[in-house]
Amino acid sequence: MAGFDKRVSSYEEALDGLKDGMTVIAGGFGLCGIPENLIAEIKRKGIRDLTVVSNNCGVDGFGLGVLLEDRQIRKVIASYVGENALFEQQLLSGEIEVQLTPQGTLAEKMRAGGAGIPAFFTATGVGTPVAEGKEVREFHGRQYLMEESITGDFAIVKGWKADHFGNVVYRHTAQNFNPLAATAGKITVVEVEEIVEPGELDPTQIHTPGIYVDRIICGTFEKRIEQRTVRK
Amino acid sequence: MALSREQMAQRVAREMQDGYYVNLGIGIPTLVANYIPEGMEVMLQSENGLLGMGAFPTEAEVDADMINAGKQTVTARIGASIFSSAESFAMIRGGHIDLTVLGAFEVDVQGNIASWMIPGKLVKGMGGAMDLVAGAENIIVTMTHASKDGESKLLPRCSLPLTGAGCIKRVLTDLAYLEIQDGAFILKERAPGVSVEEIVAKTAGKLIVPDHVPEMQFAAQ
Repeated sequence: MAGFDKRVSSYEEALDGLKDGMTVIAGGFGLCGIPENLIAEIKRKGIRDLTVVSNNCGVDGFGLGVLLEDRQIRKVIASYVGENALFEQQLLSGEIEVQLTPQGTLAEKMRAGGAGIPAFFTATGVGTPVAEGKEVREFHGRQYLMEESITGDFAIVKGWKADHFGNVVYRHTAQNFNPLAATAGKITVVEVEEIVEPGELDPTQIHTPGIYVDRIICGTFEKRIEQRTVRK
Repeated sequence: MALSREQMAQRVAREMQDGYYVNLGIGIPTLVANYIPEGMEVMLQSENGLLGMGAFPTEAEVDADMINAGKQTVTARIGASIFSSAESFAMIRGGHIDLTVLGAFEVDVQGNIASWMIPGKLVKGMGGAMDLVAGAENIIVTMTHASKDGESKLLPRCSLPLTGAGCIKRVLTDLAYLEIQDGAFILKERAPGVSVEEIVAKTAGKLIVPDHVPEMQFAAQ
C-alpha cells in the first residue's frame, strides 16, 4: 500500500492488527452481502473475545456463525439472531451476550458513528424494552429515545467492485449495511469480486468513497442463498 | 367460517390504492402482493434496501444478491431502486411509506402491539418491526383473533413485551376487521359466516359492536 493504493496482498495482511477484545462491525443482511472470506480469516487467526456488530449472526457453519464454533464472539449487537442452534445454545449458557437493536436504529448507529454524530433521537422503541435505561425527550409532542452511535476497531465489508483508491460499488441488495459499516470502522477492510482500473468507476456512481476505506482485497465468494424461492 | 390466510390477504389488498408505497411483513402480509387489483400499481418496499420488489425469480433468474426482508430470492421490477439500510429506514422512519402490513402476537385497546418476543421462548429479535410501527401512519395488523386454545389476542393490555406503543388503529383477524379508537376495539366487519357472538366471546379487550356489522367483501382478483 502506498499513497492512495489501498490494495493488500493477502487476507492475513487485510486483518493485520485485529486483536482479542476488539469491536468488529460487519456488513451483510442475512447471508446476502456478507464478507465471507474476512470472516473466515478471523476464524483462522483465532482472534477471540470479540464484540460483533451486524444485522444478523449468520447460520450454523456459514457467515458469522463460524465464529461461534470456537467461541470467538463474546457479544453481539444485532437486530435478529438465532438462525443458528449454536447461537441459541451459547446464549442460554451465558457464553455470549446479545444486545438486540431495532434494525433501523442499528443502521443509523453505524451511519452516525461514521459521520461524527455521537447520538440521535428516534421514536423507534419508545414504550418497549428497547427504551430501558435510555433518555427520553419530547419533540413536537412526541416521545423519542436517545440512541448513541457505534464505531468499531475494524469494519469488514463486502463490495462488488472497487478501484485501488478504495472507491466501492455494491451489487443489488448485497449493499444493505455495507456502506454504513464502511464509514464506522477505525480500520475498514473491503473485499470485492473485482478490482477495476482507475477511472473505470463513474465518480457520480460511487457508493462508498475511498476516504472511508483502508484496505481492499479481491476474493471469490460462495454467495449462499438462505431461502431459494422461485416461481414456476 | 374463519378466514384462510389467502382470504385475509385478499381483504387487506382492498386497502391498496394506486400509487401507494407499501411495506409487507413476513407471513400473511407477504401474500397481499398476490391480490393487488388489476390496473392498480403499487411499489413494494423491502426493508433490506429495495423499493420496487418484483415477483419471485424463475430458476434462471435466481440471484443470491437480490433478496427481500424475509431472505427469499426476489426480482426487482422496472422502476425499482436499491439503496443502503440507512436509506431504507430513513424512508420508513420518515413516514414515507403509505401502507404497512405486519403480523402480531397481541394487540390491545390502547393500540399497543406485541409481535417480537415471547419471554422464555422466542427471543430472536425485533428486526425492522419497531421502526415500521414507529414510522408509519397507516398500519394494518394481520393476526389470528385467538390462540389455538381459544385465548384472545385482542386484549385490554398486552402481556408480552411491546413492539410499539399506541400505534395501531386497524386490525384484520381471521374473524373480523376492527378499528381501535379511544381505548376500545370497534367491530367494523365480520368474516362471512362468523357471528358477532363468536367475535365478542373471543375478544378480551373492550369491544364496541355497532348495530349492523356487515360481512367482509373481498378484492376481485
